[in-house]
Amino acid sequence: MRPAYFIPLALFVAFAALAGFMLTQPKDQFVESQMVGEPLPEFALRAATDNRPGVSIKDLRDGKPKLLNIWASWCVPCIAEAPHLETLQARGVEIVGVAIRDNPQNVAAFLAKHGNPYSRIGADDISAIQLELGSSGVPETFVIDGQGIIRHQHIGDIRERDVPMLLQKLAEAGA
Amino acid sequence: MRAFLTLLMALAALPVLAQSGPPAPYAYTQLEDPALEAEATALMHTLRCLKCQSQSIADSDAPMAGDMRHQVRSRLAAGESSGEIRAWLIKRYGDYVSYQPEVSATTWPLFAIPALLLAIVALVLLRRLGRKRSDGGGAA
Repeated sequence: MRPAYFIPLALFVAFAALAGFMLTQPKDQFVESQMVGEPLPEFALRAATDNRPGVSIKDLRDGKPKLLNIWASWCVPCIAEAPHLETLQARGVEIVGVAIRDNPQNVAAFLAKHGNPYSRIGADDISAIQLELGSSGVPETFVIDGQGIIRHQHIGDIRERDVPMLLQKLAEAGA
Repeated sequence: MRAFLTLLMALAALPVLAQSGPPAPYAYTQLEDPALEAEATALMHTLRCLKCQSQSIADSDAPMAGDMRHQVRSRLAAGESSGEIRAWLIKRYGDYVSYQPEVSATTWPLFAIPALLLAIVALVLLRRLGRKRSDGGGAA
């Protein structure tokens, strides 16, 4: 048989090998924000609960880098990251919260139960700021520098191992 | 029986209600201007739901898809064009958010490879048929 007859078979084997290899790779479902390096838009969010003020762009342009934490009282992974946010706060990090599609009673109940590391919490009822940030889920955390420019996006809940990395990113942003 | 089913369905819907407040104003409400609403619908079918991958925001019931429909409708109503709204979302989420295939630096092989394969098939067929004809249509 002519060697050329084996080309289709070779192509099929190569395809099957590629497909098999890709099956062993972990699936990356994260949609990364393209807004890292871009400034935050003008915005002002009302307070999400009684005992913390709301958030506006002015609060994020005060010269001090901060974490902007997108969360919600209905979000289960947010419970898992709550202690690590408290660790970050104890290390001197200012954390600004944005509560997505939430209500004051649920926000207050969540904070009473899982701790309140936030200096401010704004209510985003229609994901408007979330969409502006290029964030596609809850929780997500952004490093914002003192001029209101997005420096880093962390997708998913903050784990213990992420704490040093976030402190590093904050230091790079000028903390 | 019907009352029982209604109750059951209401209970099934409770976690959704508990999860969040009322949907964004234009998530499930059409624009008053039919022409503008038609434009919004066409645009929504070309934008991918960020939470559900295989649905456009027009098809998805995810709360975030509703919030994106609100952005589409309210921005169109405020005078932005479909192209501007698409560009606004693509600037934030990259190609992922486009539910309409676009030729870009990463997607061009998807368009080029089928064309290349068709060209190869045409070439092989032409050579074979040409050879047959010169053989007088005999041995194959």
